[in-house]
Amino acid sequence: MEHDYDIALTVNGTAVQRRVPARQHLVDFLRETLELTGTHAGCEHGVCGACTVRVNGEIVRGCLMLAVQANGCRVETIEGLSDSKEIAGLQKAFHEKNALQCGFCTPGMLMAAQDLLKQGGKPSREEIRQHISGNYCRCTGYQAIVDAIEEVVHGKG
Amino acid sequence: MKAPAFAYAKPASLNEAFELLANPHSKVLAGGQSLIPSLNMRLSSPEILVDITGLQGLSEIQVLNGVVRVGALVTHARLEQSPEIKAHVPLLAQAVPHVAHAAIRNRGTLGGSLALADPAAEYPACAVALDAVFTIRNKKSERRVRAEQFFKGLFETDLKPGELLTHAEFTVAKPSDRSVFLELARRHGDYAIIGLAAHNGRFVYFGVGEKPAVIRGADSLEQTKSILKKELRPSADLYNSSATKLHLAGVLLERAWNTTTTSH
Repeated sequence: MEHDYDIALTVNGTAVQRRVPARQHLVDFLRETLELTGTHAGCEHGVCGACTVRVNGEIVRGCLMLAVQANGCRVETIEGLSDSKEIAGLQKAFHEKNALQCGFCTPGMLMAAQDLLKQGGKPSREEIRQHISGNYCRCTGYQAIVDAIEEVVHGKG
Repeated sequence: MKAPAFAYAKPASLNEAFELLANPHSKVLAGGQSLIPSLNMRLSSPEILVDITGLQGLSEIQVLNGVVRVGALVTHARLEQSPEIKAHVPLLAQAVPHVAHAAIRNRGTLGGSLALADPAAEYPACAVALDAVFTIRNKKSERRVRAEQFFKGLFETDLKPGELLTHAEFTVAKPSDRSVFLELARRHGDYAIIGLAAHNGRFVYFGVGEKPAVIRGADSLEQTKSILKKELRPSADLYNSSATKLHLAGVLLERAWNTTTTSH
């Protein structure tokens, strides 16, 4: 038996109203219902970070939040951050430093990196590593990702 | 991995919440950072999730009469940023950055972590070390339980069906108090291999068994080490034997000893 509920939220600035099953995760709602497939579903138990999105300005795991819990919230995805040019510098640095290979982790990695940059200051490599510790990358070995984020920290991105 | 089907309700008042929690197949949903993975893995299949994040009065950090009273819905991120926690409950402030990762700390709650009682979690050990007191409510009444009595076993607490943990109280730290929090993990934010919450010569280990293990410090490090060897029987996990964990417990004790026993 499905239990469906009406939700109203904004996604990347657009008001959205849908009826969702209680069991549906936010990441699946974004990908399958709204067709915003930039956010990836990886491990689906909160370990890999591929599903990282912003809810009310804070990064969260899209697989550890139900769509119904996002009722009344402001959700931002990689599509929103990309279109608004908020992460243009990070994207350029990731490109230039070869900070991605297959690209599966990249949207989540960019969300986590931007969350750190948004806090201001000049985080060290160690602090950068700590902040992206919840995001798995199976291609790069992280070195290039830290390089890219560091580049932006020092205003070169 | 998708969760099984369940109903969802978000009560606006405690009374409404207790009505819903009267259903024996209901489960409390707070931050959901442990519950939702367990649903995704189908380790749990409740009929209804009762989302308590709409309840008033459970999200405050108050300092009153020498006590810091923290609402169950206060998130790890808020604890991490709180000047009150930093000033008055330094052990907890040291522990928070070890709880998972930033994206999880933004949603997970203090009450959720305490009520779940994961043996590898940071807060239960801190609460025992600090002799915290929890407020528990049901439909009719309220009761208070000391942390050491609250944690009963593996994911097992003193909470009865239909009850909610609403607040945790910590005594404001005195200038002479000494606290140290140490954790060993393979990767920052991972589950601890073993960890130690030490407060004034009270050494509380986590990740060693079913619940936090208390070792009372003796006069010297050597004496305390021999007590540790006699009393601590860490359970092995997938990667670390009991002997490894006992060795690591000694290492953490050595690291913590000087800070917790010398006055500055």
